[in-house]
Amino acid sequence: MTLGLEHFLVLSSVLFAIGLYGALSKRSAVVILMSIEIMLGAVSIAMVAFSRYVVPALLIGQVFTIFIIVVAAAEATVGLAIIIAIYRRRETIDITKIDLMKW
Amino acid sequence: MGLEIAFWILAITAVVAALAVVSLRNIFRAALCLILCFLSIAGIFVILSADFLAAVQVLINVGAIAILIILAIMLTREVERGSLPNKMQFPVLASVALFLGIAVFAVIRTPWQVSDLSPIEPTTTELANKLFGEGGFILPVEIAAVLLLATIIGAIVLMRER
Repeated sequence: MTLGLEHFLVLSSVLFAIGLYGALSKRSAVVILMSIEIMLGAVSIAMVAFSRYVVPALLIGQVFTIFIIVVAAAEATVGLAIIIAIYRRRETIDITKIDLMKW
Repeated sequence: MGLEIAFWILAITAVVAALAVVSLRNIFRAALCLILCFLSIAGIFVILSADFLAAVQVLINVGAIAILIILAIMLTREVERGSLPNKMQFPVLASVALFLGIAVFAVIRTPWQVSDLSPIEPTTTELANKLFGEGGFILPVEIAAVLLLATIIGAIVLMRER
């Protein structure tokens, strides 16, 4: 049995599902950010796998993965800064208690 | 044959580490498992012959983002409370299982048009040509630079003591 595109896509789906579960079912904002990072990693695997197996001479998927990593770094930085700013003001980062804008 | 063994080891490590991230009560240990998950993803990039991306993954995700997350955990005293699920845990679990089933079904049933060309190795020169060359991705690279500048300014403004 050789490695095919399906192996990597199934791995990517499993990691994405785990990250989705963590992002939707946790109270702590830091754990939600960590789950989002897992989801971005899963999407990167899918991109690189498509680039390797479908268009091996073009590398477009790898270029996209570079931009995914850039945006993930920016998102993690601003997200954690927002979390720490909320913690300074409210002494909690439990997202069920941060409900000022919830109607 | 060696490639398959490496793939299975890395895939199982990545999935177990990701499960540990979402299920461990101790948030600090969850962050350490996240580092393990990122390292396995870097190994999978190596298997997919994306050498430059594997190095970038180790440098940025394992190096910078993991340190940032651990610093945020230490600054917010999250470890004492632990990682608790919210009220929606079981509906979310059911819908995620449904999503996973549909995704795996679609992946296996789709007839992918796999090319039999061998991949480019090393990829660094080719990636640089794609990013900065004629008809490449030079505009997105510039926009990424602006995005990173905005991120730096935003983080400084948010973290400033008033």
